[in-house]
Amino acid sequence: MSSHALSLEPLQAILVIPCLSALLLALLPGYWIAARLNVAASLATFLCAVNLLGQRPTPGLLFVDDLNVVFVVLATFVGFTTSAFSASYIAHELESGRLTARYLRFYHAMYQTLMFAMNLALVANNIGLMWVAIELATLTTVAMVGIYRTHEALEAAWKYFILGSVGIALALFGTILVYMAARPVLGEGQDAMVWTALIEKSAGFSPELLNVAFIFLMLGYGTKVGLAPLHAWLPDAHAEGPTPISAVLSGLLLNVALYAVLRFKMLLATVPTAIAPGPLMVTMGLASVLFAAFMLYRRRDIKRMFAYSSIEHMGIVTFAFGMGGALANFAGLLHMTMHSLTKSAIFFAVGHIAQGKGTQRLAEIRGLTESHPVLGWGLVLGVIAIGGLPPLGMFMSEFLIVSSTFARAPLLAIVLVLGLLVALGALMLRLSEVAFGTPDGKVAPVRASYVPLYTHLALVLMAGVYLPAPLVVWFQSVARLLG
Amino acid sequence: MTGYQFDVAHMLAGGLVLVSFMLLYQDRMFALLNVFALHAVVLAGSVAWQAYIQAAVHLYVPAAIALALKAIIIPVALRHVVIQLGIHRSIETVVGVGPTMLVGMGLVGLSMVVMLKATGSSVDPLAREDLAFALSVVLLGLLMMVVRRNAVSQIVGFMSMENGLILAATGAKGMPLVVEISIAFSVLVAFIVIGVFLFRIRERFDSVDVQALDSFRGERR
Repeated sequence: MSSHALSLEPLQAILVIPCLSALLLALLPGYWIAARLNVAASLATFLCAVNLLGQRPTPGLLFVDDLNVVFVVLATFVGFTTSAFSASYIAHELESGRLTARYLRFYHAMYQTLMFAMNLALVANNIGLMWVAIELATLTTVAMVGIYRTHEALEAAWKYFILGSVGIALALFGTILVYMAARPVLGEGQDAMVWTALIEKSAGFSPELLNVAFIFLMLGYGTKVGLAPLHAWLPDAHAEGPTPISAVLSGLLLNVALYAVLRFKMLLATVPTAIAPGPLMVTMGLASVLFAAFMLYRRRDIKRMFAYSSIEHMGIVTFAFGMGGALANFAGLLHMTMHSLTKSAIFFAVGHIAQGKGTQRLAEIRGLTESHPVLGWGLVLGVIAIGGLPPLGMFMSEFLIVSSTFARAPLLAIVLVLGLLVALGALMLRLSEVAFGTPDGKVAPVRASYVPLYTHLALVLMAGVYLPAPLVVWFQSVARLLG
Repeated sequence: MTGYQFDVAHMLAGGLVLVSFMLLYQDRMFALLNVFALHAVVLAGSVAWQAYIQAAVHLYVPAAIALALKAIIIPVALRHVVIQLGIHRSIETVVGVGPTMLVGMGLVGLSMVVMLKATGSSVDPLAREDLAFALSVVLLGLLMMVVRRNAVSQIVGFMSMENGLILAATGAKGMPLVVEISIAFSVLVAFIVIGVFLFRIRERFDSVDVQALDSFRGERR
């Protein structure tokens, strides 16, 4: 960056672009241009992230390896499609008077700040910096969840804020403990917080300190992943905020927190005398799956229902990574990718449906495939995908997780399958009510953007039918890295 | 490190745990804020002492921030909020004072056992006990957030938890400055965010009792 100040490296660009556009968007008054600029900035960030694929710059304050590049590409892609969805969604909110122009300016600036914070958390080569970035991402989403300023939105934001801060505080304590463990080996100061140095020299760390640290980190970042019993903020935050935010929360922010957990898991795996992080992750993952699966039956709000489904799927992913080994890690990574794509697609559909129907209550939504065929069938496809039915991508990843678990721990696999089936039942039950039958209630036409929705669904379908060989090789190498 | 340096550091960190207990049984809003200011003063003293014995000049910065921001500005601002909202009567608690104190003692015992055991061989004795005290303060802050319904006392609980974290960070010798400033900064940001929420809540509910919020849950319509 010395003499070529203008020729940005992609690694810096994925941070600089969102940061600058956040500033610009905070100043721009017009909604129309701001929404377009938001899309353009997200697209530019995504293209830079794709550029990053083949690059491995020497690690400094930031670094890229096979693991985080998966998360970065996924995050910037979903960030881009969501910004396109957001443009049409927000136009409707402005017309219906739920949001004013002033709030929209705030909303767009916050959206890009969130993108910046998530990318920073993913590429930071320092556990302190990563913590700061995740904290920033939390604060921006808290502000956006509360943006409607209704009773429910404020309660959701407050709950999210309190639980999120407690989680983030526990994670900081864990981070300090990791530093304490690394200090005798790496010396005082900056070095003892740098990822690449930590992984390299981890053999000499005190295993007792790392054990305690991991428990704090798991609980702290686990709160942000939405694992039971620390999930209480998640359904409210998803249901009461603007739908584009529900999409990025489910599709991205949960992944970023999971990424942090995975990093520390990798660190612990290199110290043979430390506890195995697997069982803790398996337990929390399985508890989340079972809990969310049964809670799905009692939901009366459509966004809340899909929020519980997010808890279930993050549980599955955490379970898979907790089991470990090349196959389970591969399946976990695939499942996480599929979940991000599918869940954000579902929220794209649900957002427009809720606008057309003027309600989020499941009881008041009927016969969508007749009243809004394109959206209705999109939702049907999405729910089939999220339920894990063939031939879509999540079937494959769930199949891999279940079969690899059967080979190693049949009892756990039975419990997992039970959770999956119970959740599938709940989703199908609600889907049949919502999507079919005679439409009733308000049937306003919606000016929706179908492209992001169907792009995601097409990708999920493609992954279920045929996974390109380079992708398989790439994910396999990441799975090996995860140990 | 000489004996008296160790003793003073020990006393200040232990004092912070003691003030955390004092926070637990306050039943008046203003008294709570005063005790929180005391909490911040003790923290500032502890951090400054660490700066002195570690000869780490940069640690005076978090000490100054603790003193200026948490001991003066935030309590004054919160006092203003309390007066404006007219909630300076007593504080509602979910659990009585007696059981709360007992649970608090249990938590302190737990953190002593966990931290002293985990840091057995690798860490110098001062940092060990500092960490154990810090974890106690963090857990007591958590406990306070659990047993108080009122939004302002939850904020105080949260900030006392952050104080515990800063105690831990400064006790960890040579921890990079970046992190300390960010901690202090995040507290400020957190306060702004909460402040905004408080005013919004005031605008909409005429109450900062979090229990009142619960009745508006989306699904109980």
